[in-house]
This record gives sequence, C-alpha cells and structure tokens, in this order.
Amino acid sequence: MIRLEVTYYALLRDMRGLSSERMETEAHTPAELYRALCEEHDLRLPAKAVKVSVNHEFQTWDTPLKDGDEVGFLPPVSGG
Amino acid sequence: MFSLCSKPLDQHSAYDTPDKETTGARVIFEGRVRRNNRGRKVSLLEYEGAEKLAQHEFEKVVREAMEKYALLDVRCLHRVGRLKPGDKAIWMSVEAEHRSPAFDACRYIIEELKHRLPIWKKEYYEDGDSGWINAP
Repeated sequence: MIRLEVTYYALLRDMRGLSSERMETEAHTPAELYRALCEEHDLRLPAKAVKVSVNHEFQTWDTPLKDGDEVGFLPPVSGG
Repeated sequence: MFSLCSKPLDQHSAYDTPDKETTGARVIFEGRVRRNNRGRKVSLLEYEGAEKLAQHEFEKVVREAMEKYALLDVRCLHRVGRLKPGDKAIWMSVEAEHRSPAFDACRYIIEELKHRLPIWKKEYYEDGDSGWINAP
C-alpha cells in the first residue's frame, strides 16, 4: 500500500464531490488508480479524455507511483 | 512570465510594463469573455486553473516557441474566478526584434496554450443553465 494525495479538477471535482483527498491504495500506476476511483465513485469520464499529473508535472498513465506522490486528474481544458 | 490572476489583468504589475530596448515589434493578444457562445447568452463564467502545472506548461510552450521564432520576451496573464461578458480573460505580450516573428509566434503560442494549459471554464447562461466547456 502507498499513500497518495489525489486532486480532481473542474468537471471531475463536480463528479467526485470534493477537490482533493488523501488515500491509501494498492494501485501501482495512475491508470490503475483512475480505474479504481471510477468504479468506486461513478466518475463518468473515460480515461482517454483525462490527463494525469504527478507532483505537478504531466505524466503518462503508466508512470510508477510511489509513497507521498501528489496525483492530479484533469478533464479536457478550456482556457484562453 | 506567466501568472494566474484573481483580479482584473490590468491590475497586475506585468501588464503593459515597458518593452525591452532591443524590441522592435511587440504583439499583444487579449482574449475576452463573449456575450454569446454557441447560440446561448452567457451571463457569467468561472475559470479555474492548476497553477504550478500551468506555469510549467507555459514555460515549455515558450521554450518551443523560442526554438521556432526569434523572440525576446513572452508574458501571459490568465484570469481565474468569476468573469462577466467583456472582461479580459487572457492577456499575452510577445516581443521580438522584428514584426514577422512577433506576429507568427503570438498566434502559435496562443493556440498551444488553449490546448495545453490546465485551465477550465464553466459557463452560466441567462436561462439558468450552466456547464463546463469542452467537457464531453
């Protein structure tokens, strides 16, 4: 088990009902983590529409997660 | 430089500060909140951003632009929080020795930022409905 801080932005925050949470997980990658969170909380946004950050840098879905990481899930952007 | 601003952009110290002496051309882009979007009347909208991530991504975009164009300086301010039609949402300044790279890079950078910066907007309409833009 590793401990993570997970942040949800915009539409994903609305779906989750909170902006961030600390959790213990057996997930080894953001892909595994997102799949588990979608099942647990009924997040209806497919991973292909979402980007992931680890410690405030964009990362790929198969990046190995380690204890203390800050993981962010980001829906499609609309700045400018 | 890049900043997310919760106050009007023209109150930020980087807004319209003096150009470099070597600058021969400066292109400024200003994006504003539109009254009408996709046939609906917007009463207000709300921007939010992931600040550290946005900062890193902006720096990457500027590095890429500097490799393509001969630029001297790029600055960008983006609003967060509640805005109404007519408010400035984004302000960008691109400086170069000559106008051609300044114009071209300004267009290049704003297109990249719109797709890459982790910033989201939620529109609120006059009919009481609301929704995240670009959200499927």
